[in-house]
Amino acid sequence: MNGHRNAATILSVLCMGLGQLYNRQWIKGLLLLVFNAAALSYFISNLGTAIWGIVTLGEKTQGLEKVGRLMVPVEGDHSIYLLIGGLITIFALAIYLTVYGMSIKDAYRTGGERDAGKTPANFKQTWAYITDKKFPILLLALPVSGVLLLTIMPIIFMILLAFTNYSSPDHIPPASLVDWVGFQTFKDLLTLKTWSRTFVGVFTWTIIWAVLATVTTYFGGILVALLIESKGIRFKKLWRTIFIIPYAIPQLISLLVMRNLFNGQFGPINQYLSYFGLGKLPWLTDPLWAKVTVIIVNMWVGIPVSMVLILGILTAIPKDLYEAADVDGASGFQKFKIITMPFILFSTAPILIMQFAGNINNFNVIFLLTNGDPVNGNYQYAGSTDLLVTWLYKLTLNNSKFNMSSAIGIIIFLLVASLSIWSYRRSRSYKEEDMVQ
Amino acid sequence: MTNRKSNYILTALKYVILIAIAVCCIYPALWVVLSSLRPGTSLYSPTLIPETFTLAHYRELFNNPSFQYGKWYLNTLKIATLTMLFSTILVTLSMYALSRFRFKSRKSMLTSMLILGMFPGFMSMIAIFILMLQLNLLDTHAALILVYSAGSVLGGFVVKGYYDTIPRSLDEAARIDGASHMQVFLKIMLPLSKPILTYVALTQFTGVWGDFIFARLVLRSKENWTLAVGMWDLVASYQNSNFTLFAAGAVLIAIPITLLFIFLQRFLVQGLTSGASKG
Repeated sequence: MNGHRNAATILSVLCMGLGQLYNRQWIKGLLLLVFNAAALSYFISNLGTAIWGIVTLGEKTQGLEKVGRLMVPVEGDHSIYLLIGGLITIFALAIYLTVYGMSIKDAYRTGGERDAGKTPANFKQTWAYITDKKFPILLLALPVSGVLLLTIMPIIFMILLAFTNYSSPDHIPPASLVDWVGFQTFKDLLTLKTWSRTFVGVFTWTIIWAVLATVTTYFGGILVALLIESKGIRFKKLWRTIFIIPYAIPQLISLLVMRNLFNGQFGPINQYLSYFGLGKLPWLTDPLWAKVTVIIVNMWVGIPVSMVLILGILTAIPKDLYEAADVDGASGFQKFKIITMPFILFSTAPILIMQFAGNINNFNVIFLLTNGDPVNGNYQYAGSTDLLVTWLYKLTLNNSKFNMSSAIGIIIFLLVASLSIWSYRRSRSYKEEDMVQ
Repeated sequence: MTNRKSNYILTALKYVILIAIAVCCIYPALWVVLSSLRPGTSLYSPTLIPETFTLAHYRELFNNPSFQYGKWYLNTLKIATLTMLFSTILVTLSMYALSRFRFKSRKSMLTSMLILGMFPGFMSMIAIFILMLQLNLLDTHAALILVYSAGSVLGGFVVKGYYDTIPRSLDEAARIDGASHMQVFLKIMLPLSKPILTYVALTQFTGVWGDFIFARLVLRSKENWTLAVGMWDLVASYQNSNFTLFAAGAVLIAIPITLLFIFLQRFLVQGLTSGASKG
């Protein structure tokens, strides 16, 4: 007695929507038919070109061609447009196939229900079903498609670029074509002397920076928070409001201001130093001092954030813990060591690791403050304070070494991702998510 | 007796440290405000407090024809408001779904959200640039709003963490009483999520004021620029010679944002900590 089910499934496989029409779900069937027609007409004209484009990245170079007796400039293939166009078409194909699969499954299920003697749901009932049982899918449809098109697709595109030779001066469309080169870019980055020296140098500084920046702001934040909350301090709210100011000023502004504040020639900091009879310091122009400066400025920007965070946590520590410790005659330092610190560490451990990861990618502080300078003669397109991210930025926008920059991007990603996934899997919120409720 | 004395000294020491930190926090801001009121254009000044005060730099910001500060201000305000609106809606809806419902692809969605957030943001810039070129959206504000709003979803963990802490018995009770999912969301959840909504709206709004990387790439013509691009250009091209003008511009940007932050700091604390306790 599977007549309806089989018929509906076969019809659906033949053409999307037919199965639904067979099941007398007219509106749903018609909608699917229209969708199918539109999709098919798009794929017939585009799919071939898309696959050809992705595989070959274009074959015809821009140039002059003889038409009759005249030389006429002809447009060549633009490898990068071909790659993106191809990717979009393949994404669309994946969505189309998913919808197709779902429609077949739906026809199969509805057919089965008809065999069992039920009437198939009409459009209104289907809609009610979606808003009730599939509500989360409905909510997520728009954000997910946005992320798919504007985040995932671009990232896949950039990953693919690392395996091409898309870089100036020889492989920049439309003047010339781009080709697939496999792992050549990664090999160059790690083995060619000029590149590997820069890479190792910048990489080391990135790690040092991330560790120092995270540690200084985190413990600075704890210190300030404890100071405000400690016994005998009045006007707690006022102090907190003052200390929040650096966090409240837009980072772009405060960093550009800092850049002027630390200006070696006319900046007020050096003015004060010479006023007290000390020499002027090369805050932004000496390789070592520039590194010190970015750490200091980052403390200024970052400590308020951790302070706010830790003040919130401090209020959550149960007071009776301290009372019990008082009864046992614990000193202030002991209370801090045994109650406060473990509590803070426990609740901020995931955040700490996220901050570390964030600092590896901390673009603004470096770029706005020093722009990666002072210049380092040993480096390829990078300065002494450049992080991997700012180096990537320079390679992309100033030097058009797109393949190299996406190879570096992939390396940054692997670094940050392995760190974060490791910490996330260990975190309480992932393991006990449903128990906390 | 000595104990009390050492206590006094300790408290005094604490106040000294607090005051020192407060000076560090306020000084840069104070310096910029005073510089913006100082006559002349140079970065160098013999004293912190200028001898005479002038509002000329503020007037110049709006009158100088080669410099369309007023226009940029309006552009930024427009982009920031619309981005705030769209991204708050998107983030709340999607994070509500991820926090409250259990469905097949949920865990993989959460993991991929986390992973996608780890790519350097502008790694995808070239692709987005070409996409915008082909959609004819280059040099438009729509492109910025679209990209910012779509990207905001990836940073929604804080919101999910907040929804996780609201007891589920609340919406279950409403469901038993016959409310639809949409009603539960609009009538019960939305009023409860006011603090986190404020937090998201605030961070989204201020985020736009600070982003110049993507804005600089997309916005080509000067009258379409945002403040961030304009200020960056001012510093990059005139460094020392026009510092007081920059200071005036910076003050006008910083004042509204700083006030917003200080008035809404209660929500800020809540937002940051609700993300913290849940990781």
